[in-house]
Amino acid sequence: MSEELLSVKNVSISFTQYVQGLNQHELKVISDLSLDVKKGEVVAILGSSGSGKSLLAHAILGILPENGTCEGDICYKNEVLTQQKKEAIRGKEICLIPQSVNFLDPLMKVKEQAIGDVKGEEREEALRKQREIFSKYGLAEEVDDLYPFELSGGMARKVLLSTALLSNPELVVADEPTPGLDEKSVKETIMDIKNLKEEGKGVLLITHDINVALEIADRIAIFYSGFVIEINKTENFADTGKLLHPYTKSLIEALPRNGFKLTEGVQPLEEVPGCVYYDNCPIKSDFCKENRPNLIKCGDAMIRCHNYDKEVK
Amino acid sequence: MSKVSFLNPLNSMNLRQKTLLLIVIIVLVLITIFISSYSIDTTNMVTNFALRNQAPSFEHLFGTDWLGRDMFSRTIKGLGLSIMIGAIASILSSFVAMIMAFISSINKYGDLVMSWLIDFFSSIPHLLLLIMISLCLGKGAWGVIIGVAFTHWTSLARVLRVEIKEINTSEFVNLARKLGKGNLWVAKEHILPLVVTQIVVGTLLIFPHAIMHEASITFLGFGLSPHEPAIGIILSESMKYLTMGDWWLAFFPGAALLVVVLLFDILGEEIEKLLDPTKAQK
Amino acid sequence: MYLNANNISFSYRKNKPILKNISISIPDNKVIGLMGDSGSGKSTLCKVISGYLNNYTGTITIDNELIDKTGYCPAQLIFQHPEKTMNPKWKMHKVLSESWNPPQELKDTFGLKEGWMNRWPSELSGGELQRFSILRALNPNTKFIIADEISTMLDTVTQVQIWDSLIDYCKKNKIGILAVSHDKELLEVIADNIVLFNDINKL
Repeated sequence: MSEELLSVKNVSISFTQYVQGLNQHELKVISDLSLDVKKGEVVAILGSSGSGKSLLAHAILGILPENGTCEGDICYKNEVLTQQKKEAIRGKEICLIPQSVNFLDPLMKVKEQAIGDVKGEEREEALRKQREIFSKYGLAEEVDDLYPFELSGGMARKVLLSTALLSNPELVVADEPTPGLDEKSVKETIMDIKNLKEEGKGVLLITHDINVALEIADRIAIFYSGFVIEINKTENFADTGKLLHPYTKSLIEALPRNGFKLTEGVQPLEEVPGCVYYDNCPIKSDFCKENRPNLIKCGDAMIRCHNYDKEVK
Repeated sequence: MSKVSFLNPLNSMNLRQKTLLLIVIIVLVLITIFISSYSIDTTNMVTNFALRNQAPSFEHLFGTDWLGRDMFSRTIKGLGLSIMIGAIASILSSFVAMIMAFISSINKYGDLVMSWLIDFFSSIPHLLLLIMISLCLGKGAWGVIIGVAFTHWTSLARVLRVEIKEINTSEFVNLARKLGKGNLWVAKEHILPLVVTQIVVGTLLIFPHAIMHEASITFLGFGLSPHEPAIGIILSESMKYLTMGDWWLAFFPGAALLVVVLLFDILGEEIEKLLDPTKAQK
Repeated sequence: MYLNANNISFSYRKNKPILKNISISIPDNKVIGLMGDSGSGKSTLCKVISGYLNNYTGTITIDNELIDKTGYCPAQLIFQHPEKTMNPKWKMHKVLSESWNPPQELKDTFGLKEGWMNRWPSELSGGELQRFSILRALNPNTKFIIADEISTMLDTVTQVQIWDSLIDYCKKNKIGILAVSHDKELLEVIADNIVLFNDINKL
């Protein structure tokens, strides 16, 4: 069951932007990201909103905007994905559950978008399959003929989910599937994703909601200022002693149920030469200021810190 | 790589630099035409029957007409006049558009009247309305300018109306009002910076239409008076001589007008690229 | 000082009321937590109280005086999505000074870095922008803060930071807070009293 579906190796995503007139500036959004998703596993990337983590999803599917560049390797089933390869398998083996209904064509009925551009006999078949999946996720027949704006939040989420699953993909990338939903729909979404895992699919979940991540994921990658600073098993998050990075610890301790503990400091805006958490770190040493730590293995977990194994003085 | 870019500096430039270069070149060409039309040597344009109806040569690039006047000088003079009228007309036109958009943003009734006016003006063929306005104002330069200005504002007004509507319902404008800011303040500080791109680009894109329409109604005899060295006049006069094989009388002034119109069109589009941050980050 | 909303009813469409006979009272020295599901109409109530929606029935008073519908609103709303409340063509220092120019130590308390002031809103993350929108709302004329899911999109560390500074400032300056959220655990930590939205909305 531990077959590797997706593995992302040292991926950096940057944008060229104009700053002050004619000068172009390379803006790094994701730096040196490594991560893997196995069959029957849910891996969550947890980061604050607006931090650029959605771009990883876009990079995997090859839909980055024109001024974006992606370095490093994205492998699917041990095969490096080129742009052509991405285009060939996206929508078939890898599917995206996008952030909002805005990703749907507002002038097209839901079922037409779900099946895509097929004609003739295949169309009948596609429609039958679409109906099957839709009813599996509790979408009544009336929904087929609705337009995206007529869908409620929870319904829209289900439409996006079932559309993504229409081609029976092996890997599902879910980009912020929960915000804006009422409690019941959040629970249903969580159940749906758990079911995917039961079916042996791999899920890459991109979210800012720590509770959702804790609930569904097997492993959680913590995203901080463009870097993944720790990847750890979800069960370890119950006990801060088992967590490695000081930022991860403060994230957990800041949860209302864990004491709502205040940690000062903000994420740096400019690129720093050393560790991104240097300014706020309680266990920093002078070495961290100038030397950027790499993501290294520590048991089952991955950690990006020079001093994680040293005692706090 | 560096060798290639040394040989061909265009390769090493980013899109914004290329765009800016193109804009500078076009502006220079247009300014040269405009200035030379006013500083041109008029001795070439006096009647000289000894030189009548000469085909293009190095001495008279565009040939001469039936009165022996140098066509090149006349064309440049005409283009200068076209640019001048085009400029006044499109600036006036965007003022009309701004006023209309402003009226529509006041309240529901203002908006209703404005939408009706836009539909009304765009339902009448441009040329017809232009001729009517120009005739009413006694033809001449002002007739043409006002005519063009009052027929070409609709598209820009439509864009501005929607844009202002969207900004007015945005959360940051609502918040500004709750911070106690007045309408005027909101218009100046919030709305204006967000629509200035549309206004500049809109004005520039009216330009080619203005020039073309000025030339066409002048050609039809409803525009500038025959004494003016306008392209429309030159073209309509040349009609009589075309059958005699004096093709250069119509060809060169016509082509020159087309080039100027195209230059303005490109200029508008390039400037839009530069001002709109969502376009072209390459 | 109290902000009182009495018998507020509101509907976007006729015969489909979304708020019905809601009454709520906010004292100036407390944090009142308002809990309810998303989509239940909490945001609409927030907008009514802070004057963004006007065709409601009922009254909203501060110390028994009706709130003036024009001019500076003493009950300031802070939105869930700060990026929508900022003009994209304004730099951050202008965004802030639209309301007031807070003293440096206050900027420090809320973690506003000097380097952020010359940035465009699109260059900052949600958490950074939310700090600006909170400080912007704390103009000396503000008597009450209506916080509509202001930390829902943020990470937990930032969530603690902004609530900590906001509550601290408001307690010191006698500003009442209505904290609206779907997160029960959060409200239990930050609020003095919790009101369930479904209990007060008499639909």
